[in-house]
Amino acid sequence: MKNESIAFIMAGRRQRHRRWILVTSFLVVLACILCGAMLLLGNTIHPVKDVIRALLGEQIQGVSFAVNTIRLPRMLAGVFAGFAFGVAGDIFQTMLRNPLANPNVIGITTGSSAAAVFCIVILHASGAVVSIASVIAGLATVTFIYILSRGRSFSIGRLILIGIGVQAMLNALISYLLLVGAEQDIPAALRWLSGSLNGSQMHELPPLILSVFIFAPIVIMLAKQLSILELGEQSATSLGINTDRTRMLLILSSVCMISLATSTTGPIAFVSFLSGPIAKRLVGVGFSNVIPAGLVGINLVLAADLIGQFAFVVRYPVGIITGIIGAPYLIYLLIRMNRKGEL
Amino acid sequence: MKSSSAVSKMHEVNSHIPKNFMVVLVIGFVLLGLSVFLSLSLGSRMVGLQEVLDGLFRQDIDSYEANVVRKRISRTVFSLFCGAALGVSGALMQAVTRNPIADPSILGVNTGASLFVVFGIAFLNISSAHQYIWLALAGAAITSVFVFGIGSLGRSGATPIKLVLAGAATTAALSSLVVAIMIPRSHVMDQFRFWQVGSVGSATWDGIATFIPFLLIGILIAILSAPALNALALGDAIATGLGVRIGILRLVAALGAVLLCGAATALAGPIGFVGLLSTHVMRLVLGPDLRFVIPMSAISGAVILTISDVSGRVIGSPGELEVGVVTAFIGAPLLIILAMRSKVSSL
Repeated sequence: MKNESIAFIMAGRRQRHRRWILVTSFLVVLACILCGAMLLLGNTIHPVKDVIRALLGEQIQGVSFAVNTIRLPRMLAGVFAGFAFGVAGDIFQTMLRNPLANPNVIGITTGSSAAAVFCIVILHASGAVVSIASVIAGLATVTFIYILSRGRSFSIGRLILIGIGVQAMLNALISYLLLVGAEQDIPAALRWLSGSLNGSQMHELPPLILSVFIFAPIVIMLAKQLSILELGEQSATSLGINTDRTRMLLILSSVCMISLATSTTGPIAFVSFLSGPIAKRLVGVGFSNVIPAGLVGINLVLAADLIGQFAFVVRYPVGIITGIIGAPYLIYLLIRMNRKGEL
Repeated sequence: MKSSSAVSKMHEVNSHIPKNFMVVLVIGFVLLGLSVFLSLSLGSRMVGLQEVLDGLFRQDIDSYEANVVRKRISRTVFSLFCGAALGVSGALMQAVTRNPIADPSILGVNTGASLFVVFGIAFLNISSAHQYIWLALAGAAITSVFVFGIGSLGRSGATPIKLVLAGAATTAALSSLVVAIMIPRSHVMDQFRFWQVGSVGSATWDGIATFIPFLLIGILIAILSAPALNALALGDAIATGLGVRIGILRLVAALGAVLLCGAATALAGPIGFVGLLSTHVMRLVLGPDLRFVIPMSAISGAVILTISDVSGRVIGSPGELEVGVVTAFIGAPLLIILAMRSKVSSL
């Protein structure tokens, strides 16, 4: 009897593990297909053979420029920003135990975006200055919102409300900076208010790519502890986890990643909000959600960018598409949470 | 026990004029005059008092400054009316939802109105202020019902956090759609931004004339329903006990709020936080009695919007910063403070 139930549990675990591997590999394959589409599709569609040769460094008239200078940076920006938004969003949502508590809704990405606009438009800085400023602004925004929402007792509802207020202020600030910098054209405004991959350039990418390679492994390693944190503070402590240190590390790493992603692509709307819940739906409970969430983030950004580029007569930036997809889901989630009385 | 104290509170509320009402009224009108003067004189071209008076009253003087002042008259009048509408609309929404964090923009109603107008411009070829207003009203009404519907699901009813989140989500959804409709048609940044962030810069006398009936009806509804809304503030049961038909009251007051903010949005685009700011300032100085708070919210709304518009022109000179950006920047901190002060249980 006892052996039977253990075998039953083990079988369930194996089954969930199989599902995890299956879903993850499916997401990887899908992401690869979308990456290919990003490289192949454009104003002119070049033969696959030419695209590959151009990527390998051969100079082909017309193809090399389109692929290496326009499409490749755009694709890489989408991949790394999508991964960063997805992973960081999932970390926040799991840690605060509320899907609404993600960097996009509570205004962290807006803080980074404001700092990036200030550096680029007003100081005419680029590279490291922009990266450092946006990371500092992201961390400052988190700290600010957290201190304000602590009050007499911490409440997640208060944190979200304050985050919405902070976001409204920062958006106003971005509008002002764009006006002062005389950069008030539509592409610039859309990039910094809702995110866009248009005009991504190779030399802007290294900070983002580096941060994902440094911080994603840290986050993924800590993710196991995160699922224990989900059981609640006391259980986590009794299972031997240093909750404060784990939290600090997770917040720091997540904020660094999304801040650098934001300083490259702008705050792509709702990706950090959508990825976690979608990944959880696909993977189910029991296994770490972080890697699938990052992969969902990549797929969302690339798919939305392809839709924005090619599905309509006019080209829409990726943030508009993710906004149109994400906001109804936010409303649906609110309806469900309200019904269950979770808010 | 509870009801007798409530009734005595009710009695107290109904019999007293707030001590400082006259002072507030006088200060309100002084500020109103000051903001009118500033709105006529400041901008990318600064004009002195004498020229303002010349421009207003001496039709025979044809100096450059006098003409600048004359150009600014319609804008000033419109920002006063629009601010009054948004102020009263905010007060009504707070009273109807019994929620201190309510405002046409926070609940997404302005964006709903904006989306309908943009839709009409893009697909139905509408172009007159009159048509704008009807579409905006439809948009505002539908959005209010939608947001309030989502926010009041569940056992605990419409708590502030649920309403604000429903409003924020709806705003995000609708403003993405506004941008999506505008992008292919936006040859000019100004036009594009107008339906995303409100501005009073494009006011015309025709538009103002169309707007006035809606403003008057809305404010009339607000003033007439104020005593009953005072009773509603004590709770549904007590209000019913005091003879208020709460269903009809809610409907009428919400209609007034929609009329005011819908009409304002039709002509000015979605301007945020004016209702939140003006109502809370007035409640702070006058207390909770809506018979005084509602009319004074009209005055404070007019002052806040006009001063914000002037600031936007001065800060953004030689261009201008849309008034919606300015009001968001000064209004959002109030939202944060309200969130900080509210008790956890009421969130």
